[in-house]
Amino acid sequence: MPSPADRVYSETHEWHKTEGSSLTLGLSRFAVDALTDITYVQMKPKGTRVKAGDVIGEVESVKTTSDVYCAVDGEIAEVNPALESDPGLLNSDPFGKGWLVKINVTNPAGLAKLAKAEAYDAAHPA
Amino acid sequence: MRTPLGGFGTSLGDAALLQTPLHKFHVENGAKMVEFAGWEMPMVYSGIIEEHHQVRTSGGLFDVSHMGRVKVTGRHARRFLERLCTRKIADMDAGQCRYSLVCNEAGGVRDDVIVYRMDDDDFLVVVNAANRAKLLAHFDRVRSAGDLAVKIDDQTERTAMVALQGPKVIPLIARISTEVPTLKRYRFAVKNLLVMKLIVSRTGYTGEDGVEVILPATFVGMAMGLLLKDANPKDPNSPVRPAGLGARDTLRMEAGMPLYGHELGEDVSALSCGVDFAISLDKDQGERGEAFIGMDALKRTRDAGGPPRTLVGLDVEGKRSARQGMKLSIGGKEVGVVTSGCPSPTLGRCIAMAFLDRALTAPGTAVQVDTGRGMLEAKVAKLPFYKAPKA
Repeated sequence: MPSPADRVYSETHEWHKTEGSSLTLGLSRFAVDALTDITYVQMKPKGTRVKAGDVIGEVESVKTTSDVYCAVDGEIAEVNPALESDPGLLNSDPFGKGWLVKINVTNPAGLAKLAKAEAYDAAHPA
Repeated sequence: MRTPLGGFGTSLGDAALLQTPLHKFHVENGAKMVEFAGWEMPMVYSGIIEEHHQVRTSGGLFDVSHMGRVKVTGRHARRFLERLCTRKIADMDAGQCRYSLVCNEAGGVRDDVIVYRMDDDDFLVVVNAANRAKLLAHFDRVRSAGDLAVKIDDQTERTAMVALQGPKVIPLIARISTEVPTLKRYRFAVKNLLVMKLIVSRTGYTGEDGVEVILPATFVGMAMGLLLKDANPKDPNSPVRPAGLGARDTLRMEAGMPLYGHELGEDVSALSCGVDFAISLDKDQGERGEAFIGMDALKRTRDAGGPPRTLVGLDVEGKRSARQGMKLSIGGKEVGVVTSGCPSPTLGRCIAMAFLDRALTAPGTAVQVDTGRGMLEAKVAKLPFYKAPKA
């Protein structure tokens, strides 16, 4: 299945979807499939100021632990509360219910370097 | 994310990979295939945790054809294996298999293997996929150095090997064989089924009862039909379903079993990895006694009081897992290193294995695990973490 075209993708496999000055961030299907069953998600809390390139959290799977990066400057406005009790949402619906954080963006410049869905999927075939 | 493909098994690159005779079966059952030790192997079908529970509660089928199968025959076959193996071969019966280590001169671990004794001068050695080429070269050197009359035949790519593991496996097999369910642990039978010869051993790497089956590559399709009789792998209620390398790893961790590259390695003393039962430092004594390579070094280690660090289990607090390479400390002083770790699907908490300073290995000892982004609290635990309930 192709990745949704309404967002852009980083080389480290996070998707970034912009709606006005708010941005939602999650992991691509390719990434969650590679991680396998995700058992725990720990994102930095609401109110944390972040810069492009920062680590903003960790996801833990049965197999491995991975950092999550963001590509913009801003402040974490919301952490997906559903993942606390059901981290498997990341595996089952990475582009929807499995979103990680919402960020109030102060500088979106980093987004310009990210890939469109088609280019991302071409570089990372399932 | 930094390393979405971390741990063992990366995604498929361009490298020419070996495919097992079960490749089509994996693809048809929706496996996610990864590279592992030069082979294209199934990491996961439905989900690692689901497959893990399937094995603990019912039955799982693993393709382990990537493991090396090397036939060793000839007048000096036994003596040859005595020199290689840390465990005695002379007192093995035909029809018996034995877990053993193969060491280097320094007492480090070249590999862990299972030796099958087919007959007096006829053996099969099952080795790790990643070590097959290295061991074949070692076998060749040992044969030449000892001027031994031994034939070494690598049958890996002409045969397949599957593991059927779980509490419902033996009752299922009882419907097609009366002999196999009577086999004791680490015994095997050679079965002639229609036109094919199967080696069925009561062995495994999951902590569950079950069998491992070696068969000619060309008969895989037919054999799978027989082995999975009445068990459709795609049916979620099927008693036996395919399980991948991911579940194999979490199962063996719960069972406290070492894995080459984690708990075992060339620079790891054989006496430190929790498998002392498989090391006979007196096997050169008595009738037909023969020393093994690495024995002198291991005797010196033993006489010096043992290796500085030994393998322990760790119960890790919280939801974050300790992972290979993370350092252990007590009060800021480094005392060990994690070799494997995962959130345990059966126990519902994080478990790990680690090398820890010998003096600190009493169960209950508190240690800290440095994740690189903070410390986790852990306590030394007895291995294994999980034992199958008695049938």
